Amino acid sequence: MPIPLEHILIFSTLLFSIGLYGVLVRRNVIGILISIELILNAVNVNLIAFSRVHTLNPEMGQVFAIFVIALAALAATVGLAIVLALYRVKQTIYADEVNLLKW
Amino acid sequence: MVKLAYLIPFFPLASFTTLIFFGKRLGPKSALVAIGASLLSLATAAPFVWGALGGETYAHSFEWLRLAGKPLLFGIWIDSLSAMMLFVVTSVGSLIIIYSVGYMHHDPRFPRFFAYLSLFMAAMLSLVLSPNFVMFYMSWELVGLCSYLLIGFWFEKDSAARASKKAFITTRIGDVALFLGILLLFFTTGTMELKNLKPEFLGAFAQHSRALTLAGILIFGGAVGKSAQFPLHVWLPDAMEGPTPVSALIHAATMVAAGVYLVARSFGLITMFPDSLTVIATIGSLTAFMAAFFGLTQTDIKRVLAYSTISQLGFMIAALGLKGYAAGTFHLMTHAFFKALLFLGAGSVIHGTGTQDIREMGGLLKKMPHTGLTFLIASLAIAGVPPLSGFWSKDEILVAAFESENRIFYYVLSATAAMTAFYMFRLVFLTFFGKPRKELHVHESPAVMTIPLWLLAIGSAVLGIPGSPWMNHFFQRFINGSIGGEAIEHAMNPFVMNVSVGLGLGGVLLAAVVYLLFPALATFFGKALKPLYLASYHKLWLDELYQATVIRAWYGLGGLLARFDLDVIDGAVNGAGAGTLRLSAIKNWIDVHIVDGLVNEVGAVTQAFSSLLRRIQTGLIQNYLFILFLGILVILFFEQR
Amino acid sequence: MLILASKLFIYAILFLSLVAALGVVMLPNLFHSALSLVATLIGIAALYLALQAEFIAVVQVLLYVGAVMTLIIFAIMLTHRIGDQTVPQKNQQSLPAFLALAAFVGMVSTLILQSNWPVSETVARVDALALGKALLGVYIFPFEIISVVLIAGLVGAVVIARKD
Repeated sequence: MPIPLEHILIFSTLLFSIGLYGVLVRRNVIGILISIELILNAVNVNLIAFSRVHTLNPEMGQVFAIFVIALAALAATVGLAIVLALYRVKQTIYADEVNLLKW
Repeated sequence: MVKLAYLIPFFPLASFTTLIFFGKRLGPKSALVAIGASLLSLATAAPFVWGALGGETYAHSFEWLRLAGKPLLFGIWIDSLSAMMLFVVTSVGSLIIIYSVGYMHHDPRFPRFFAYLSLFMAAMLSLVLSPNFVMFYMSWELVGLCSYLLIGFWFEKDSAARASKKAFITTRIGDVALFLGILLLFFTTGTMELKNLKPEFLGAFAQHSRALTLAGILIFGGAVGKSAQFPLHVWLPDAMEGPTPVSALIHAATMVAAGVYLVARSFGLITMFPDSLTVIATIGSLTAFMAAFFGLTQTDIKRVLAYSTISQLGFMIAALGLKGYAAGTFHLMTHAFFKALLFLGAGSVIHGTGTQDIREMGGLLKKMPHTGLTFLIASLAIAGVPPLSGFWSKDEILVAAFESENRIFYYVLSATAAMTAFYMFRLVFLTFFGKPRKELHVHESPAVMTIPLWLLAIGSAVLGIPGSPWMNHFFQRFINGSIGGEAIEHAMNPFVMNVSVGLGLGGVLLAAVVYLLFPALATFFGKALKPLYLASYHKLWLDELYQATVIRAWYGLGGLLARFDLDVIDGAVNGAGAGTLRLSAIKNWIDVHIVDGLVNEVGAVTQAFSSLLRRIQTGLIQNYLFILFLGILVILFFEQR
Repeated sequence: MLILASKLFIYAILFLSLVAALGVVMLPNLFHSALSLVATLIGIAALYLALQAEFIAVVQVLLYVGAVMTLIIFAIMLTHRIGDQTVPQKNQQSLPAFLALAAFVGMVSTLILQSNWPVSETVARVDALALGKALLGVYIFPFEIISVVLIAGLVGAVVIARKD
């Protein structure tokens, strides 16, 4: 291990929180989707880091990383489709103008 | 034998009870019951009187109840004084009851009158038989009650009702004093027995002289009330509103004499502590003089006699105050007879002429010989003309006054004697002599009324003899057997005797001159001495004075207390009501504002909270995500610990 | 010496990736933000290489950078006329979110640093062969499921975005 495991974990935590910040703060819906990608990447980093350390079953981490990537792609796709649909209904792409979840 | 004495008051009491319940049914026969009872008392008393004359004393008592460990006794006590009183009360009383048959003949409440007379006899007899102050006071009060009932017998007349009230209330003042005196005596000496009022017993308490002097004066206060002495004399003239037999029996012969009897019984007490004697003598003489002064100008035949009674009672009281025990009691006996006779005679006149105003009478002697003659005999007696009874008894009193320390009493009493003679014969001459001033239908009274008159006349004439030198002053020796203090022997004083005879005859002559011979003199003197005349006629305005001061003050006090009573009680009730109202208003406020308020507050708080919580649901997905994240943070936080 | 240089290199990659990530969330212009994301993804691919997960690194570049980012940039370009650049890109939650996240980072870091990670010194090599064997061996089920999910997603996206 070139650098201590903790550092990578801390890095992934930071990445995760930056992504979460973006999800909570960005007004543009696509911006939110981008931030979600960041979160998923942080998870991936975590998985890979741990897969490197475990000797018993090292593939598991990487395999899951692949799955995560695939799902992330899917999420982006479906999300963008929703954005288009939303724009058609509400004429806006800013999240704080859409309060349809109220009741 | 002594126990027979209980029957003496019992017979009239039984008569009273019978007549109260069955009087209406008996009708005119009620008089027989009363007369029978009275005569039976006389008969029962006779042996005791006879025994007392022989020097015997009779005593018996039984315990009634216990007071503070000391027993209260009821019983009989007959010594010479009570024997003399028994004689007077039964004999004069019986004669008056017989007389009343004729006088009250037409009265619709005939039986009731005799019932009251019987009750009075019973009370008076038990009074003279009492061995101690307890029984004495009870009988005293009962006698006062009978006086009230009988004065107000014709209660339909407003004046009679008022007069009976006045009598009762005025004598009540004296009764209170008497009660206090009895209590003071009891608490100082521990006894209420009359036989203990002697120096042998009282000497042990000599150090309580102030208390016992006061007790003596207070006891005398009772006599002031009952015997109509100044200042409580005002009731007696008004008491003439009652029927004339009542005036004769109660207000001449017996009840008013009870005051004198009381002082005589307390003789031992008052002579031991002499300051009371001065008070007694002063009041007695003052009353005698003042009443005689008033009697000079009265125009109602009964009023003249009323003032005469007050005056003569003053004589008796003054005599006792001057240590003349025998003199005072002697005059009591003689006075009872001739005063009763005078009143019954006046009643006869009223019954025969229909008027009481002497200015409307005149020359009645020819038309009412029996009445007139007996009246004349009594007048001579009261004027003090020998050898009638009044002379001997009045002379005794004047001698006692003459020989006392202060001659002033003698001068006052002598002047009074002169005035007595004058006003009595003024009455006689105006009523029975001269020319009739008004055309009246006059008739003599029936025998049932004139026979008692003659019997009393005999008594008035001869009852002085036992006290005269012709019987060796037997009466004085007899009566001194019961004296409480030292026996005072008064020798015959020729100077005094001559002066008193002179005064008496002088008074008669003057009256004859003024009223028989030269009637114009009367009006002349009246105008010349106008202020004196007015003072006499208006009785020194004492009644008006009392009304303006004491009575008005008392009414004022009563009104004040009534208003206080009303304000306090009503105020308390209203206050309670108002207080309850205010309390309930407070409770209402509490209920509305606090209880309901609490309930409303709960609702309001819930609403506030919910409106706060509602703001979480923004509809914005980023907010929901943030809260989700906060939840995760919390879990993390707790997991970390 | 070499080890030090490699460490430094790796730390530099980490740092640059973080900077690029920050750029993603904070750049107001959406296009710049997307490009920043590309940089981040490349940085993470480099990290994978450093961690000797070569296959994943290549997959990351191919899929993420090549496909996903292309899609996103297409979408951005298509909707660019819709967006307005003078409008602020941060909503009201920025400060609370920052604070909460700071706390989060702090807590998790403490947790990480305090935990006892069972680290073994021997490194297990995972190459494409082993990965392929695992994918079609132990993990065949999730593999198939992923394909189903992909199809479903595709269909769904078409359905949602379709004009009707």
